[in-house]
Amino acid sequence: MSQLPLRAQLASALGRTAATLSRATGRGDGSVIGGRVGLMLEPDLLRKLATDRKLALVSATNGKTTTTRLIASALMELGEVATNAFGANMPAGHVSALSGAKHAPFAVLEVDEKYLPEVLDTTNAGIVTLMNLSRDQMDRAAEIWLLAQKWRRALAGKPAHVIANCDDPLVTWGASTAARVTWVSGGQRWREDSWCCPECGGPLDRGGSREMGQQGSVHWACRECTFHRPEPDWVLDGEDVIDPHGRRWRLDLQLPGEANRSNAAIALATVDAFGLDPARALPRLRTVTSVAGRYTTVERDGRALRLLLAKNPAGWLEAFEVSDPRLPIILSVNAQGPDGRDTSWLWDVDYRILRGRPVYVTGERRLDLALRLDVAGIPFQLCDSFDQAVAALPLGRIDVIANYTAFQQIRTEFGRAV
Amino acid sequence: MQSELSIVWIYPDLLSTYGDQGNALVLEQRARARGVPTRIHHVRSSDPVPQQGDIYLIGGGEDRPQILGAERLRKDGGLQSAIARGAAMLAVCAGYQIMGSVFGGEEGQPVPGLELLDISSSRGERRAVGELAAEVDPALRLPTLTGFENHMGVTRLGPGVRPLSRTIVGTGNGDGTEGCVAGKIIGTYLHGPALARNPALADLLLSWAIGPLPPVNDEWYQRLRDERLSAVLGDQA
Repeated sequence: MSQLPLRAQLASALGRTAATLSRATGRGDGSVIGGRVGLMLEPDLLRKLATDRKLALVSATNGKTTTTRLIASALMELGEVATNAFGANMPAGHVSALSGAKHAPFAVLEVDEKYLPEVLDTTNAGIVTLMNLSRDQMDRAAEIWLLAQKWRRALAGKPAHVIANCDDPLVTWGASTAARVTWVSGGQRWREDSWCCPECGGPLDRGGSREMGQQGSVHWACRECTFHRPEPDWVLDGEDVIDPHGRRWRLDLQLPGEANRSNAAIALATVDAFGLDPARALPRLRTVTSVAGRYTTVERDGRALRLLLAKNPAGWLEAFEVSDPRLPIILSVNAQGPDGRDTSWLWDVDYRILRGRPVYVTGERRLDLALRLDVAGIPFQLCDSFDQAVAALPLGRIDVIANYTAFQQIRTEFGRAV
Repeated sequence: MQSELSIVWIYPDLLSTYGDQGNALVLEQRARARGVPTRIHHVRSSDPVPQQGDIYLIGGGEDRPQILGAERLRKDGGLQSAIARGAAMLAVCAGYQIMGSVFGGEEGQPVPGLELLDISSSRGERRAVGELAAEVDPALRLPTLTGFENHMGVTRLGPGVRPLSRTIVGTGNGDGTEGCVAGKIIGTYLHGPALARNPALADLLLSWAIGPLPPVNDEWYQRLRDERLSAVLGDQA
């Protein structure tokens, strides 16, 4: 990396200065502006910065930031790791991450689903990790069938080693043109976007034979063509991960929930491709307690608020699984650009699971959520602000679920809690 | 209507990309609020469409699922029989286009529809994404239509249908009108839970199926409508 041409070195240095200024003036993490400045001066900067590193790209609808963090934490066992820890997951963010750790021999980059083909072309990454695809912010994101098709085209004919969740049919289809795939059975919690075969459109049959045991519940196969779930090399089995040698590893993560156990299984398979054994990787995965404010607990006026991020129906399903059913809950929804300006997706979330809990509704689009809960028959209290919701709650533990900008607003109130 | 109101949601496995379930839930809530027992039937694309439903719903989806959905409905014939029998239908976005004679496929190729509405659709130049507001045909006596559209379709209305509304903000059919109505069928580009933003439209469908309806408490519907209409229309609202 010290071999960067002069122009790239300059572009990289000026980008870092812009990032520092952005942080110093309190405008943000600086990851995006720094990368933009760098790319303006040297359009080929990302390719140059990626050269000579062992690089993994991580993409999915949900869990990108967390899985990227888990992989990066484990890889530190091997040496310095460059990573876009703040979730700036487009090329400017990648430039920023790589130029911030110029001598790191390893890199792991979270990549927006749409940008994966472009970033793979540019960086020639050796490893690509793919977890799940589901409906997400349809007013600005690509349609997911189309997205999987683009992944197929991008991976075909490249040497990249893909680590993919074979329990998600669309991800399996998107990954299956790759030269080499390690399949991970990471489970699939949200299934509403995969009732039809991505190959032929026929119905997918779920569930396998009795002999398959627990693996039967995640099995799928097309009723009309030959497309079916590949045999996994790695298996998430409850609290354990079984590796390709049949060794069983108890995860014991600090991060809560099945979605994070799935993220950890994928992370273990990914770092294995870097030559790092689970025995060395796991202790490092267990040190991760929160990721950019997600799962963190903050205190205010005698209340302990645990912050959960949920950006789309699949994310809400995961957040509900983590949330403690005995606790009151604050829900906050916005519809700014990064959230998607369309709130239709609220109708894909099954809120009936909240029945019996005290529910407080806030955020810029609280009326959309209020009507949604009213139709679901869930009593709630409408609050004009997050502070008003907190003040209305009894002392003690409280769960908070918010979508993207609503989450960032809350996090900012607590000094950008990490 | 027999002993209970039967709402048939067509192909949630193919055509429910945008919270389309909301329309079924809103109809169910508003029917039950009037003491009408209601059942929602989820009909997957591998299953036959029942012919005895009261209200049929079909939603939005991506290009490939839209083509698959149209093919399967054409072969199945259940929906066509139900409509011939006089059932009501709300067809949204991709589902709206399917009800016409033809619509544009993933490469813009013409794909035959069900011909239940006298409309034909094709792919437009640019994607229409955003809030929409429109004045409804005065004959229907409904308040301003509000919702969100996200589509590339351009739809031409034939003499067999009337425009549902005239757009104030948004693209709709592409010629200053939005959606259409013919008999007991309503088509619209307002995707997802259009009925959540337009409870009067939900009641129109219900009244077609079960007759005149007493009023219900609309507080949360009205507050959302007022907030959205003033955000989109400003002083015009």
